[in-house]
Amino acid sequence: MNASKTLVYDGSFNGFLTAVFIGFEQKLTHADIQKQGQLQSGLFAETETIFTNIEKAQRVWNGVRNKSNSAIKNIYFAFLSEQNNMEALIYRYIQKLMGSKYNGATDFSDDGVLKINQLAHKVGREKHRMEAFVRFQLTKDEVYFANIEPDFDVLPLISKHFRNRYADQQWIIYDVKRKYGLFYDLNTVEIISLDLSDIHTNSMQKSTAFTDVEYEYQDLWNNYFKSTTIKSRINNKLHVQHVPKRYWKYLSEKKAV
Amino acid sequence: MDFNRIKEKLNILADAAKYDVSCSSSGSNRKNKVNGLGDTGNGICHTYTEDGRCVSLLKILLTNHCIFDCAYCVTRKSNDIQRAAFKIQEVVDLTINFYRRNYIEGLFLSSGIFKSADHTMERLIAVAKKLREEENFNGYIHLKSIPGASDELMYEAGLYADRLSVNIEIPTISGLKLLAPDKKHEDFIKPMLKVKNEIIRYTEERKIIKSTAKYAPAGQSTQMIVGATGESDKDIMYSATHFYKNYNMKRVYYSGYVPISTDSRLPALGSQVPMLRENRLYQTDWLLRFYGFSVNEILDTDNPNLDMDIDPKLMWALRNLNYFPVDINKAEPRMLARIPGIGMGSVHKIISGRKYRNLNWEHLKKMGIALNRAKYFIICNSSDWERRDLDAATIKGMILQSQNSKFKGQYNNQLSLFN
Repeated sequence: MNASKTLVYDGSFNGFLTAVFIGFEQKLTHADIQKQGQLQSGLFAETETIFTNIEKAQRVWNGVRNKSNSAIKNIYFAFLSEQNNMEALIYRYIQKLMGSKYNGATDFSDDGVLKINQLAHKVGREKHRMEAFVRFQLTKDEVYFANIEPDFDVLPLISKHFRNRYADQQWIIYDVKRKYGLFYDLNTVEIISLDLSDIHTNSMQKSTAFTDVEYEYQDLWNNYFKSTTIKSRINNKLHVQHVPKRYWKYLSEKKAV
Repeated sequence: MDFNRIKEKLNILADAAKYDVSCSSSGSNRKNKVNGLGDTGNGICHTYTEDGRCVSLLKILLTNHCIFDCAYCVTRKSNDIQRAAFKIQEVVDLTINFYRRNYIEGLFLSSGIFKSADHTMERLIAVAKKLREEENFNGYIHLKSIPGASDELMYEAGLYADRLSVNIEIPTISGLKLLAPDKKHEDFIKPMLKVKNEIIRYTEERKIIKSTAKYAPAGQSTQMIVGATGESDKDIMYSATHFYKNYNMKRVYYSGYVPISTDSRLPALGSQVPMLRENRLYQTDWLLRFYGFSVNEILDTDNPNLDMDIDPKLMWALRNLNYFPVDINKAEPRMLARIPGIGMGSVHKIISGRKYRNLNWEHLKKMGIALNRAKYFIICNSSDWERRDLDAATIKGMILQSQNSKFKGQYNNQLSLFN
């Protein structure tokens, strides 16, 4: 029995769950699970490469779900945070969950549990922000197109929301940072990757890819945004708190004219 | 479409609609059907204006022509401003095109009253109907109930809208007489009552027949202006409670009066918007709706106004020190919710957390509790707690010293040596 070992997985969620499975199988008290390509092995640590196995991943997923539904959500959200060391945190969280008589997912007096909850909360907030801050632009081939650059990998989380809402229009949401996107073709949502020569933010730099009316509507929206502001109540601190500046370049209402 | 003309109208009619503070797009359960456009859910704030208010709906007036002359209103008849009116199709096009670009959750449509109340209401309904029936739009629609509109029209409005609202604006009847002499209190109440009864009827019917159509699924709301007529916080909150109780309001909004007129009955142009007061009223509103307080615990004839320098829960706690200190590890949830510095989120965390072990200061701090306020009112699993028998004024002083409020300038009446 090893107390500690480095497990290397392919970066996918299923890969990670497989690694958790292997960790439990080998009764590792500390599993150092790391993404391939970002490996930093300790001097004397033993390393094992994990091959993604859907069946094993499924067993971990079901096992956690039987314990707690909120835990399964927390784990997936925390995983998408891509934060350093989140693998070890989640591993400990699952250990605690499986070892506990009660539903260990709600033990907010435990540092690890609190941490996972906070991570999941952050990712949840980013998901919600993306549902708000996506700005579609209509291309000449009648696809509504949006670029995003979220802090966390939230595309898998927002897919359903946009599918339900914009069921009668084609759309693409493309994550510029992670270089993949979602494309809805009026039937299903597919994962795509594009060769983007430039990033289409807003009418600051007009692109011929979009219809002429598109810029008229952006202009109207920009105007609406200004006229709906009450001048005697200006509160820029609050404004920036709600709409952080890193998102501005994709918001047509925030373009400087 | 003539975009320049639309832009002009949009500027005028959005500017006139912005004093309506309601922005919620939540509470409805309308779902997308037959691959149409849009759905509703928990509501999303798509952006925030520079005054920090959320933009969730396209909030516009159909027209700012108005036959009434209410002193507090920017579109009053006697005000010399630019007037404009949208055509029904123009509002529909704007809504759909903004919605498709993910700018908004839906439409908030209000209007100045032209010709008659019924005539205006008919036009508002026509927009909503067109959106629902011709565009297969399932997003959020908030319509204003026009004071004095007939029961038949109010019934029809609820079939297309998610939320309906009448703004009561002035919390007291005497204030209304002073500022809006041509409007009657009953005119506001009548449509409200009709909508309330219809909602009850539809909910009952749905229990029997599941496929019953929706009627205003997100309920009703109203709004009161704060600081226009010298009303007390007690007047406002008692009247808000009245609306919550008797009209099943989903929300009452409080809108700090923004001076827009030189009328001598109103605060002068340039006087400050009572934003802090507005904030305290919302805090009280939350205490009533989510924290199990009743209004007479917070405001009564001896205390007709809220303290500006501390929040209403702390104000209540200082007046009722006999309930404290509370033991975090034993107290009932309803008592936990009454401790200053502890919100409902923290209450849930405490209740879940204390099943596993007794909580101490360190745990509470990590959960995000505002200990600078809470510490005078609680004991936990630690021998270190406030043993002195402090009186209310001392506690208040110590709390105020430990925090640095951005509003300090507005309530600090201590003379400053410099500036």
